[in-house]
Amino acid sequence: MVAVIDYDTGNLRSVCNALGRLGVDFELTADPFVIRKADKVLMPGVGEASSAMLKLRERGLDSVIPTLTQPVLGICLGLQLMCRRSDEGNTPCLSIFDTDVVRMVPDKKKGIKVPHMGWNRITSLKSPLLDGVKEGSYMYFVHSYAASLCDGTIAVSDNGILFSAALHKGNFYGVQFHPEKSGDAGALILKNFIAL
Amino acid sequence: MVAKRIIPCLDVKDGRTVKGVHFVGLQDVGDAVELGRFYAMSGADELVYLDISATYEGRHTFTSLVERISKEINIPFTVGGGISSMEDAARLLEAGADKISINSAAVYNPGLIDEIAAKYGSQFVVVAIDAKMIDGRWTVTTKGGRVLTDKELFSWAAEAQSRGAGEILFTSMDHDGTKKGYPCETFARLADSLSIPIIASGGAGCVKDIADVLTEGKADAALAASIFHYGEIEIGDLKRQLTAMGIPMAVNKI
Repeated sequence: MVAVIDYDTGNLRSVCNALGRLGVDFELTADPFVIRKADKVLMPGVGEASSAMLKLRERGLDSVIPTLTQPVLGICLGLQLMCRRSDEGNTPCLSIFDTDVVRMVPDKKKGIKVPHMGWNRITSLKSPLLDGVKEGSYMYFVHSYAASLCDGTIAVSDNGILFSAALHKGNFYGVQFHPEKSGDAGALILKNFIAL
Repeated sequence: MVAKRIIPCLDVKDGRTVKGVHFVGLQDVGDAVELGRFYAMSGADELVYLDISATYEGRHTFTSLVERISKEINIPFTVGGGISSMEDAARLLEAGADKISINSAAVYNPGLIDEIAAKYGSQFVVVAIDAKMIDGRWTVTTKGGRVLTDKELFSWAAEAQSRGAGEILFTSMDHDGTKKGYPCETFARLADSLSIPIIASGGAGCVKDIADVLTEGKADAALAASIFHYGEIEIGDLKRQLTAMGIPMAVNKI
């Protein structure tokens, strides 16, 4: 069973529908007990970092998530909350990944827009999470903040700055893009995660 | 660098798509989910579903359709048509829409943009603007071009952006349906004056028209209906041709 962490940040329907398409058994939950005993844990999230961290703390999940031992995947804001801190609301985060989340900067001359919204390439791919995904594949992104590159970077993308499109450390994984909205290439990543 | 996007627009009435020819391998061209999946597999970057139902029952059917689309389609999709309240926005978000497009309601009640953006984020709000040139002024229209308003394109687009719109979908009513191309200078001026993405709609007749609006017109995305529905341009082929012209297109090979 996959536990999808429900901490009241945005719409979880797309992620659940994607799991449904893969025929995966999942449960939406904020219950630490259910989360601990799940085979896999997915942490989606859309919204603002400081209020999302507050919601994790209110549910006692800020101390549960970093101690999980099964594969955990953070998506979008979920990945950002797994970093050390975020520029958004100057927020201390879960410190799982050894990197910080910074604000992206628009640049009209170079055609760089923020939010970074749409399909962009992911490169320098590694880790079993991205097995079978071709170098330079396009994924669907929607975000204004991004995790800086670090040793745990397993995919890189470029929106004026190079940033971590995906991260990996031990049993923890994160993707900045939305695999649930990234067509068949995105579905493959979710499938890889389920198979870990 | 973000790829430029190609977006087919599907008109839906009482839960069924109203335009379209029978593509090979497509059982039911009127099934909005099946047609959407066909476009997604052909390489569409996003889909727009426009509800043109005029009745309460039709709108209800559309919401159920949005739930099915969200369950079955794995690329982002926007829904529009008749959205005029927070309740409408909430209902469509709940049904699984990635974005909503608001048009007339935003013109008559601009505060709706602020409200939706504040609650669900700018990424959820596309403001669609239909305008036509009247005495040298790009005049914003509603009701499919039938009603002229006192708003002017550039100032209204800037206001929509400052109120929290995440994207502007601009259709020139002078070019829509003509298949003679987009007003690229106007699009370029719009792009220079805004920081959010612009989706160009209305007027595409050939690959070059789309290439022009994405380069000279500086648009981030091109939306079209007939040329895709009637098989005049195949999306995969279009993206290959645009890529060959040096325009960044998202193409995944698995």
